[in-house]
Amino acid sequence: MIWNETKECMSRDEKIVLQGARLVKTVDRVYHNVPFYRRKMQSLGIEPGDIRGIEDLAKLPFTTKVDLRDNYPFGLFAVPQSEIVRIHASSGTTGKTTVVGYTRRDLDIWSECVARAFTMTGVSKNDIIQVAYGYGLFTGGLGAHNGAEKLGATVVPMSTGNTKKLTTMMIDFGVTAIACTPSYLLHIAETLEENNQIDKIKLKVAICGAEPWTENMRRQIETKLNICAHDIYGLSEVMGPGVACDCEYHRGLHVYDDHFLPEVINPDTLEAVENGETGELVFTTITKEGIPLLRYRTRDLTSISYDTCECGRTLPRISRFKGRSDDMLIIRGVNVFPSQVEAALLEMGETTPHYIMIVDRVNNLDTLEVQVEVEERFFSDEVKELEKLTKKIEHVLQHALGIAAKVKLVEPKSIERSMGKAIHVIDKRKLV
Amino acid sequence: MFIKQLSVFLENREGRLEDVLQVLKDNEVNIISLSLADTEKFGILRMLVNKPEAANGALKRNGFSSKLTDVLAIKISHRVGMLQELLESICEEHINIEYMYALSTGKDDASMVLKTSNLDFAEKTLRAKGVEIVTPEEIADIQV
Repeated sequence: MIWNETKECMSRDEKIVLQGARLVKTVDRVYHNVPFYRRKMQSLGIEPGDIRGIEDLAKLPFTTKVDLRDNYPFGLFAVPQSEIVRIHASSGTTGKTTVVGYTRRDLDIWSECVARAFTMTGVSKNDIIQVAYGYGLFTGGLGAHNGAEKLGATVVPMSTGNTKKLTTMMIDFGVTAIACTPSYLLHIAETLEENNQIDKIKLKVAICGAEPWTENMRRQIETKLNICAHDIYGLSEVMGPGVACDCEYHRGLHVYDDHFLPEVINPDTLEAVENGETGELVFTTITKEGIPLLRYRTRDLTSISYDTCECGRTLPRISRFKGRSDDMLIIRGVNVFPSQVEAALLEMGETTPHYIMIVDRVNNLDTLEVQVEVEERFFSDEVKELEKLTKKIEHVLQHALGIAAKVKLVEPKSIERSMGKAIHVIDKRKLV
Repeated sequence: MFIKQLSVFLENREGRLEDVLQVLKDNEVNIISLSLADTEKFGILRMLVNKPEAANGALKRNGFSSKLTDVLAIKISHRVGMLQELLESICEEHINIEYMYALSTGKDDASMVLKTSNLDFAEKTLRAKGVEIVTPEEIADIQV
């Protein structure tokens, strides 16, 4: 099934014309409504009239997460606040969150994209779907929820945190589809296994995203639960989940490029790479009203292909992600930057402490341990004081990162000093 | 009359205690008494030594987190119930004991090292009870 055959199977030539027209409008809008973009374009010596189609895309300035932070909270919005009907937020690089806003039309388009993605995975109005992404400022929960409603499926808004209730309802309701992070789904599968309940479920399909995962993990999920697992991609800056999704052929994720214009660039030279070559994924939103972004650098490394897929869709496909061009980690679906840990620790004392983050996956759930060197100013000869300090750091980190971290105090100088850039992360998950 | 206790932060892993002792040995520091508080994740080594300042400096130079803390050392006679009676008088004054360990002086009487809340008041209370307080000089003299 294809949700929107006109747009998803449109010929490349027609698509380019459509994209060009939408890009021209977007550029015109941001130039006149967003001072940040007007200044950026003026400094490059370009005017809206210079952009006549997607062949002119490379003339436009890039946007980065830092730009979003610098214009916190609403500086990049292109409509008056009265037109914004929803706010979402994700982690920024240094504690300040990245805020995005949606107009009613933006939400409609978002639902449309998620409905396309879910249809791609075989979900329809006849399905009962549990949305087990977090609901709230994170785009996962509400994004998947609205798309599933648009599709007409029966939505069970589980959110995260109560696996027992989730598996009970999965069995009692005869749930046929689930949307959640892949690691959480593996955890759910194991819970079902432990309770000998695998044969009691009616689950057919899972739509997993919000964190990187491997083909191996997909096979594990599919075998354990006897279902099909699909990969959905998105980021709040561009929209949320539903920017791209993989079809039944699993040959990469189809990008809805009538809304999000993709480019793949060399992160060092910022020049476009050849189709099929790996580089950094960049998006220009060409229908968004609330916060349209020109050439937003996602930092995700991938390659792109414009060949028509066996499923019949002409949408370009991006490959499974090969890593990132910055140091962002995705832990339990939450974006985490080492710089956030540093900023949080800095706030507690006067000088930057030495720390290292150890990310692992235990029983399919991500764990984060932060080792902090006990410098003199922290050290006490009383156990209770050191335990208090541990708890305090854990509290500060939870507040700053939005996820729980276990803190381990270690001796001074025990964290390896490197000559160049300090190593702050050990990721043991082996995801790529 | 407080005594300087040397405290060192230790990670719970093999060889760390030995590393501390090596530094003390190299700097000719004699350990008179020692207590190790251990938790799941870390340990705190507390010691009375003959040269607290020198020992503290040597440990710091070798990258350890160490510090000197004031503690109280008291003499008690070898009699059943003696320690209980002393603690009773401390408890009556609502003084809280953070930690406590035995100090071996090699003489007939026994000694205890105490870290309490409000150490000044604790000393005063104990002195009023006629308890003998060990002086830093006595500690330094304990070595052979």
